[in-house]
Order: sequence, then C-alpha cells, then structure tokens
Amino acid sequence: MAPLDFLADYLPILVMLFIAFFIAIAMVTASFIVGKSKPDSAKLSAYECGFDAFDDARHKFDVRFYLVAILFIIFDLEIAFLFPWAVSLGDIGLFGFWSMVIFLGVLTIGLIYEWNKGALDWE
Amino acid sequence: MLATLAFYVFSAVLIFSAAMVIVVRNPVHSVLFLILAFFNAAGLFILLGAEFIGMILVIVYVGAVAVLFLFVVMMLDISFADLRKGAVQFIPLGLFIGGVLLFQFYVLFQSWQIAPSAMLNITTPSLSGEEELTNATQLGRILYTDYVFAFQVSGLILLVAMIGAIVLTHRQRAGVLRQKVAEQVARKPSDVLEIKKVETGSGVE
Amino acid sequence: MMMELWNLYGMQTLMMLLHMVVLLVSVLLGVAYLSYFERKIMGAMQMRQGPNTVGPFGLLQPFADALKLISKETIIPSQSNRAVFVLAPIVFTTLALLAWSVIPVNAQWVLADINVGILFLFAVSSMSVYGVIMAGWASNSKYAFLGGMRSASQMVSYEVSMGLVIVTVILCVGSMNLSDIVTAPRPWWMQILLFPMLIIFLVSILAETNRAPFDLPEGESELSGGFMVEYSAATFVLFFLSEYANMILMSAITVVLFLGGWLPPFGIEALSIVPGVIWFVLKICLILFFFVWCRATFPRYRYDQLMRLGWKIFLPFSLLWVVVVAGTLIMMDAVP
Repeated sequence: MAPLDFLADYLPILVMLFIAFFIAIAMVTASFIVGKSKPDSAKLSAYECGFDAFDDARHKFDVRFYLVAILFIIFDLEIAFLFPWAVSLGDIGLFGFWSMVIFLGVLTIGLIYEWNKGALDWE
Repeated sequence: MLATLAFYVFSAVLIFSAAMVIVVRNPVHSVLFLILAFFNAAGLFILLGAEFIGMILVIVYVGAVAVLFLFVVMMLDISFADLRKGAVQFIPLGLFIGGVLLFQFYVLFQSWQIAPSAMLNITTPSLSGEEELTNATQLGRILYTDYVFAFQVSGLILLVAMIGAIVLTHRQRAGVLRQKVAEQVARKPSDVLEIKKVETGSGVE
Repeated sequence: MMMELWNLYGMQTLMMLLHMVVLLVSVLLGVAYLSYFERKIMGAMQMRQGPNTVGPFGLLQPFADALKLISKETIIPSQSNRAVFVLAPIVFTTLALLAWSVIPVNAQWVLADINVGILFLFAVSSMSVYGVIMAGWASNSKYAFLGGMRSASQMVSYEVSMGLVIVTVILCVGSMNLSDIVTAPRPWWMQILLFPMLIIFLVSILAETNRAPFDLPEGESELSGGFMVEYSAATFVLFFLSEYANMILMSAITVVLFLGGWLPPFGIEALSIVPGVIWFVLKICLILFFFVWCRATFPRYRYDQLMRLGWKIFLPFSLLWVVVVAGTLIMMDAVP
C-alpha cells in the first residue's frame, strides 16, 4: 500500500463521495414521503403526443452514434498518452518532442482518412 | 487501518460487481455493473499509489469504452431471453473450453518466474527515491524515450483501429443533403442576384 | 487511548468535515442563486423584470421553486426500468458534487490536494455522460431516448477538445496539481499562446453542460425535454441542480486553468488586500455571466453543425496547437 500521507489526500474524496450520494438519496426519499402519490395509467405512460406508445421506445438507432463513440475512444487514448508527455517535456527534451510529433502525425493520417471518407459529417 | 478497510471494501465490491456482470439478465444492467467494477479497480490502483493509472482507467474505460459498450448493447435489437434458450445444449462445449483455459493457466503459472528484484517494486511504483516525483512524470520520463518503439507501435494500433472502425461502420448514403460550408461562404451576391431597373409599364423578361 | 487518537486525527477530521459542509452549502446556495441570477439577467436582456415577487427583489424565488418541486408527485413511468430510472439522477448529482472536492478556492485552501487534480476533474466530467444515457434509456420514451443519445454523443465529442486544451495548459505549467496550475508563472507570450485555447474551452464547456446554443438534447421544439422528459419532483430537481452545479464547476475549472484562480487580476499586487476567495468567486461569476449571455443571445445550433464544429474545427486546431505550444516552449527554453 501507498504511504499514508499520500492516501490522506484521497480520503476527503471518498468521504465526499458518500456525502454527495447521501444528499442525493435523501432528496429523492424526502420527496417520496412529502409528495402525494396518486398514480393512474395515463400519468404513468410514456410521454407521447396523445396516443399510447405503439411499441417499445428502445429502437435500433443510427450507426453514427456508434462511430462517434469509437472515434472518441481513440482520441481519448491519444490524450491519455499526452498527459505524461506534457508534465515531463522538460526532462525528455527534443527527442521526446519529436517522438510525440511522429505519434500525432500517424494519428493525423487517420484523421485525414476519416475526413475524406466523410465519417466526420453528420447528415 | 482505514486504508486496509478501504482495500477490502473496494475488492469485495469489485468481485461482487464482476460476478453480477455475467449473472444479471438485462445486458444494460450488466454494463452498469461493469462500470462499477472499473470504478472500484481504480480505487484499488489509488490505494497502491498508482494515481495516474487509476485516473486513466476511469477516463478511458469508464468514460469511453463503457460508453461504447452501452451504445452497442442498446443498439442490438436482440431479445436476450431468446438467445439463452439454447444455452443448455452448449453446456458440454462450454465446459470443454473452460477446461482447456484452466489447463493453459495452470501451464502458464507453472513456468512463470518472477525476478526477486521485481518483488521489491510491487508496492512502490517509483523509479528513484532522490526526489519526489509524481507517477505521471516518472512514466513520461521513460515512455517517450526508452520505450519509444512500443509507444510508436501503439500509435499505429490506434491508426488501424480508426481505419477499421470506419471501414466497418461507415456507409455513404445516397440522397442526403449536406451543408457545404465552403460553398456557402464563397457565394457572392453577384453570383446569384441580378438587379434590374424596371421601366414603368413594361415587365421583366 | 481515545484521547491520543483524538489528538492525532480528531481535529483534522473535524476540520475536513467542516470544510466539506461549507463547500457543499456554498455550492448548493450557488446553484439556487445561479438560477435567480440567470432569470434576472435574461429578464434584463429581454426588457422584463424577472422574478420579483417572492421576498425582496424576488430573492427568495429559488427556495420557493425548490420547495414546490420537492413537494410534487414522483412519477415513475410504468414502462420504465425503475432502478436505473431513479439511479440516474442520483449518479448525476453525486458526480457533480464530488468534483468540487479538488477545486482550490484559495492558497492552501483545498479539500483534496491530489497530484492529478485536473485528471480527476476530467474523469468525473467524462463520467457524467452516464447520468444522461441511463436516464434516456431507463425512461423508455422516444423523446428521452433520442435526447439521451444526442446528449451523450455531444458530450463525448467535445470532451476530446477539452482534453487537448487541458494538455496545452499542463504543458505550460508542468504539473497536474490544480494549485500548481494557478500559481505557476506565466509570461505574457504564454498568455497569448493560451488565448485561443481559452476560447475553445469556453465553447466546449457550453456544449459539455448542454447549454444554449448547444442545448439540442433538450430542444423543446423537437424533443420536448430531452432525456429529462419523464422526470418529475425530486428526481427532476436533482438533474436541474447538477446541471447548474456543473455550470459553476466548469466555470471554476476555466478560472483555475486560465484566469489565475484566486490571484488578483492582471497580477496587480495592490489588489491582493482583497481575500483570494472573493477574486475566485468574482471570476466564476464572470464566466457564469458569459453562460447566461450566450443563452440570451444565440439561436440554437443544428446537430450536424454541432458535430462539425467539434470534430472538424476544434479537434484539428487544438491538436495543432498542442504541437505549436510545445514547440514554442522548447524554442524559448521555457519548458517547466
């Protein structure tokens, strides 16, 4: 385990997590208790324009959302690589700089490919 | 003491939610349990002092990969109850594959050797004790110089993933009206507009 | 034994809890008065009064709203997935409040002074997508589902440019600790280099918090209420609260990254007689005013335009700028 003074920095976050969770739950329960509850079938049906919903709302949706998520993962990983580089650039000097430029260059090729394929357009 | 307690809580929740991932019937619920598992794993990393890896685990796995999982699970319009119907007849095959995997693990761990010096590093993920360095700085000092080959290869892998994703999912649809910004901006009044002086009593041709 | 333990940890724990209570109360009060502030400013910009009935100048209006909303009936649609439906706003709120634990309000005045503070904030803001997706999916309503999907894609797209902007700031500062980011020296040329990033960051936080002109997920005219359409009473309050808490949080992050946190503006020494907290709050108010101003001024973006801005303009530009900033720093021999 890590040294205690290191972990002491993280303790408030853990406590805060519990307090925030508790506040949120307390508000929901308080409202359950205070608010009156008279459910009927029209009130409990999904919001629609006056009709009952024809079927389940969870449809297949456009594959584009999926593509956005994949591209996001790739760029997120790229950013994850950039963080340690940004804090240690002073130590690794020019070699580290060009190493990252080549890495980004490779990914820029991918970005140009996406661009030309029209994957970044939303129609 | 508090750290030990936190360790057991994180581990217990991690194991519980990992089990729930495969037990729960609803696929969306199982992805949500997967997220809980990632979250607790990040907590364990922080307990080990590997704060950078812990945060990256949350950013990449929880913030990005699990979003994709959720999208996929929501997008697949498959009734998972139907899929499970035939499960019984595959039990022998499943057991067979499980057995093979177990055997492979056994062989692997039999021949696995850990260097004695590596054991000393387990709880101290730091390179040198001379100065106080954060995880990220330590990683950065070696990743882009000493391990430059691995770093560039990971860049290439990301490129392949990017191209693969587009080849698999991108379809050019016909008959879609696109906004062409460059054309819109380049359009001048003189290209599309003509002003005519109309004499009284005579129309425009 | 007990006395020893108390002497060792008691005071520290007590101070920590006190700090948390003060922090949470100020965030919640901030949310309440942000909604008042917004309505008053929008009122002034549209030549009307804004709330002015409850209390002097309508100052008690936020509390009246909160009480009304809490005492309403909690409706859980019959077709919905109950557990996830209730969990979504709880998760959203927890994350919005949790992020505040690493924000440095003044010198040495921060709850959790961790080395990777900015990464923590990035992680928490990337997780708030889940509140939205869970709400959209669990409601089992077409509007909510579409709103949830749109909102998730939008938040995800703009997080890329936010991440790159954060990287440029870290490059100039050389640390991921938020207090270090505030106190690190910044010569004038560095400020100029970072200025385009400030603009990108401001636009990205508008998109990240689903605010106008990027409020498509809840665009009334097409999706009625977006992912929140089925929510009522306290569950709605939680969404509303965390959305506004996120706005204040994002403003605080902007202040920490670009506007020098608790330090007096423009580095004027004479102004440091005013406590740092005041400067911090004033700078946050400035950014919040920008939020409201945008809402009162701009018409809503279209979804394809939104995606184009994120992926085709911000992403390539900030990627280029990361390299430019790093190159300049090396050239000027000013890498921290």
